[in-house]
Amino acid sequence: MSNGAIRNLLKRDTSADRVVPPTGYTAQLTVFVSGAMAFLAVFALALSLASGRLADRWATELAGAATLRINAPADQLAAQTKAALAVLSQTPGVASARALTAEEQIALLSPWFGSDLPLDTLPVPQLIEVIEGEPGMDAAGLRLRLGAEVPGAVLDDHTRWREPLVDAAMSLRRLGWVSILLIGGATAAMITLAANASLAANAQIIEVLRLVGAQDRFIANAFVRRFTYRAFFGAMVGMFLGMTGVLLLPEASDEGGFLTGLGFKGVGWLLPTLIPILGATVAFLATWSAASRKLKELS
Amino acid sequence: MIELENVSYTYGGGALLSDVSLRLQSGSFHFLTGPSGAGKTTLLKLCYGALLPTSGRLSAFEQDIAGLDRDQMALLRRRIGVVHQDCRFLDHMSLAENVALPLMVSGRGEAAQQEDLSELLNWVGLGDRKDALPPELSGGERQRAALARAVILSPDVVLADEPTGNVDWEMSQRLLRLLVELNKMGKTVLIATHDLSLIRAAKSQVQARVLRISQRQVQLAGADL
Repeated sequence: MSNGAIRNLLKRDTSADRVVPPTGYTAQLTVFVSGAMAFLAVFALALSLASGRLADRWATELAGAATLRINAPADQLAAQTKAALAVLSQTPGVASARALTAEEQIALLSPWFGSDLPLDTLPVPQLIEVIEGEPGMDAAGLRLRLGAEVPGAVLDDHTRWREPLVDAAMSLRRLGWVSILLIGGATAAMITLAANASLAANAQIIEVLRLVGAQDRFIANAFVRRFTYRAFFGAMVGMFLGMTGVLLLPEASDEGGFLTGLGFKGVGWLLPTLIPILGATVAFLATWSAASRKLKELS
Repeated sequence: MIELENVSYTYGGGALLSDVSLRLQSGSFHFLTGPSGAGKTTLLKLCYGALLPTSGRLSAFEQDIAGLDRDQMALLRRRIGVVHQDCRFLDHMSLAENVALPLMVSGRGEAAQQEDLSELLNWVGLGDRKDALPPELSGGERQRAALARAVILSPDVVLADEPTGNVDWEMSQRLLRLLVELNKMGKTVLIATHDLSLIRAAKSQVQARVLRISQRQVQLAGADL
């Protein structure tokens, strides 16, 4: 394959296209497969981008923050909170630490217990918000010191639950990309089959073309151009349908969580427009490879 | 131009041609005759590289055919026009498009195609049939169209395999006159035919060598033809 092959592909040469008669089922198959695959690729891309955004958010928003929970009897709670704040103020890597007010704690618990929660009657631990500075704090060392000086303190630097969530989101993103690769591979395989069928069905035409002095490049181009344009057209339709589907998904909301965040944001909406180009490229390479093999076989 | 030196061709264990030596010189006119199945078409196919010799050496335009790759072979075929017995047209394309096929595959521009094509179709008497599809053509029209396609690239050599096999006497004479005219333009012509009356008719128009395939070998035919 050479630059000439790509130039010939872009050059409109209707007379050369007429050399190969249109074959109904391979044409329809190519358009359908590339359309369906482009449709799926749009969703795989949306999934991948949404997972990436989620992983970034979980990784960045909660990084650099920790929560200290003071579990102590009511009469010791204030003293232990004060001691904990003193320890935190002396800990390198802690930028700030503050005890949450009663109103803030009610706000945190209200999704589970309702807004009219009588906090003062419940044995609710005191929460202290810890903001890390640069460089970060030594969480293990802080735990040891808190263990000695504030027996009811439990440090939660969110690592325990944040890391698996970020890992899960990253896995989803990887799955999205793997799906796109598989979609590309499946498209290539289907177009190769369709191109092979078309080349085999037109073996007599290839023979005539050779008898009148056609070089392999001319013969291959007649097939490659046709399959590439079909794949491009099918992928365009699939992409528009896929994007319409994504547009119709419910908008992101806190209530819906991750599922409603599936979609594109900002320039991300431009990414699906690459799918028809990639589809056409896959079709071009698959047909060129199939034609080269078949022409060698037929010689 | 085309030279065969001790060429043999075997297929499926049986020899179709054995130890054939032949030289087609520039501007010469040859008839190749012999009974059906004698190997006339095989010899023609060897001459334009559709078959490769099992042994011996075959060269065209001083190139050993066995050493050519597919693209080089394609270029060689543009210098050898072939009129096939069954014409080998693409039925979905018009007569004009079929005749212009060699121009198309060799990358000549549309304008050149139209100019050469109109002139050529008028020469073979098919100027008013250019939009017809091959299945709509009569036997004579098909043979004349095949001849036009064979010569549209102005090849040095024209090979014709039973060009008058499916046409009446009048049409065969018309085709013969076209082939003689090509020879007078300097083209080398080789016609494979079992029609001895065609060879006799040609004698008054052109100085032709008559070759006969017999017992898988090519011999110069005697004066009894």
